Amino acid sequence: MEFKFFYHFGNYLLMLKGMFSRPENMKMYWKQFMQQCVDIGVGSFGIVFIISLFMGGVTTLQTAYQLVSPVIPKSTIAQVVRDTIILEFAPTLTSIVLAGVVGSKIASELGNMRVSEQIDALEIMGINTKGYLILPKILAGILMVPVLVCISGFLGVWGGKEAGVLSGIISADQFLMGLRQEFRAYNVFFALSKSFFFGLIITSVSAYYGYNVRGGALEIGKASTTAVVVSCVLILFMDYALTAILL
Amino acid sequence: MIELQDIKKGFGDKEILKGVSAVMESGKVNLIIGSSGSGKTVMMKCMVGLIEVDAGIIKYDGQNFSGMDNQQRKEIRQKIGMLFQGSALFDSMTVEQNVMFPLDMFGTGSYRDKKKRVAECLERVNLKDAAKKFPAEISGGMKKRVGIARAIVLNPKYLFCDEPNSGLDPQTSLLIDQLIKELTLEYNITTVINTHDMNTVMESGDHIVYMYQGQKQWEGTNKDIVFSNDQLLNDFIFASEFLREAKEMRQTELYSSGKWKEETKREAPGNGGEQKK
Repeated sequence: MEFKFFYHFGNYLLMLKGMFSRPENMKMYWKQFMQQCVDIGVGSFGIVFIISLFMGGVTTLQTAYQLVSPVIPKSTIAQVVRDTIILEFAPTLTSIVLAGVVGSKIASELGNMRVSEQIDALEIMGINTKGYLILPKILAGILMVPVLVCISGFLGVWGGKEAGVLSGIISADQFLMGLRQEFRAYNVFFALSKSFFFGLIITSVSAYYGYNVRGGALEIGKASTTAVVVSCVLILFMDYALTAILL
Repeated sequence: MIELQDIKKGFGDKEILKGVSAVMESGKVNLIIGSSGSGKTVMMKCMVGLIEVDAGIIKYDGQNFSGMDNQQRKEIRQKIGMLFQGSALFDSMTVEQNVMFPLDMFGTGSYRDKKKRVAECLERVNLKDAAKKFPAEISGGMKKRVGIARAIVLNPKYLFCDEPNSGLDPQTSLLIDQLIKELTLEYNITTVINTHDMNTVMESGDHIVYMYQGQKQWEGTNKDIVFSNDQLLNDFIFASEFLREAKEMRQTELYSSGKWKEETKREAPGNGGEQKK
């Protein structure tokens, strides 16, 4: 397989540069942006809800399984669950799932528009297609992914508490006490910073692969898969880099 | 009027357009014909700016389109309407919303005015009853008509049609051809059609450019074709025995009725149109 990193990176940067021009009609761009916010935010809420609850529950059970020493207070379980979810699980795991859900949708939508000449039709009307089709998706991504990560964090912690209480590992009071112990607001800032970059990666990488599809249905499928794989890899790289820089 | 001056375009080592010059006249249906791979689609895409030319000049009413930047091109593009081979309708929008889209993006009137204009265009293409339907719910011919309605909604000066009859039955094809011809005359539009369809060539071809291997091989009108002795053109147009016989009958008919001289006054008999090697 030919590895064309610089070719794709250069084209990706040109695509981002090409998005910025004076909108032909601000109202239409705003409408498109709101539509994308609904698609990304509301459209992904269901899957975020389910994975966050179970992610929190499993984290509680596994932490309790490992902290068996009688000298460690049970509230520590809640502390570990809280920090694990805020620092890593909510931003990274949610973003990996969103790369699959939102990324493949964006890539296949734009790919289909390219193949069926809808993008050419917009170009001929005199519309900046990168600005009209891609920019609202990226802006919606960097706004809605942090919102979903916040929701995921809350749901994860709640799921952890419920799992702990239902399985008899920890009482609700102990869990809530643990949540308040040594809480650092910086961790929330860190999680939101990560999710901002992850939102940018998911939407822009998927848009790049979808916008540049050449061929037919088979190529749309390939572009969709490549968009998800590349987004996931970049999310993991970015996760490591931001952790090394910010923590 | 659109002028092409010595247009060249290649992809990699392969030269697709080898210096094509032509003039697409206003108020006429200008056809680009040629076999697959002759460069007609590339030529049309160069004309609308979807593909950049390697050399040569494209002028829209004297304005050098090929030398313009994107911002300047936007102004010209707002005067262009295009009907795509696959119609290129927006799947998530109804027929009415598809036609209204250019008005929403560039129109200045009220919502009521826009609705009225959309209704006019849909009525013009005989599709008023399909306004609330989605593209997936209508036939191929109806999609083409919606494409035409969308292309004319902003009163374009230039109309491009890429294979408007592909995938349509002969009767529907004829309706589409008639519609395009009527609109061209009604609004004095410069219409450029890229086609393989011989009915379109014979019925609507006010001005025909025949492309062969990236070059303009022949240029003339639909009447000139009957008298042309260009072998490549004849092989392309009158490909079947049936069409060859029809051509001979038409020639005989014109000869015996005394119209031969009148029809061929531009050229000597048998040399209709302009040949260019």
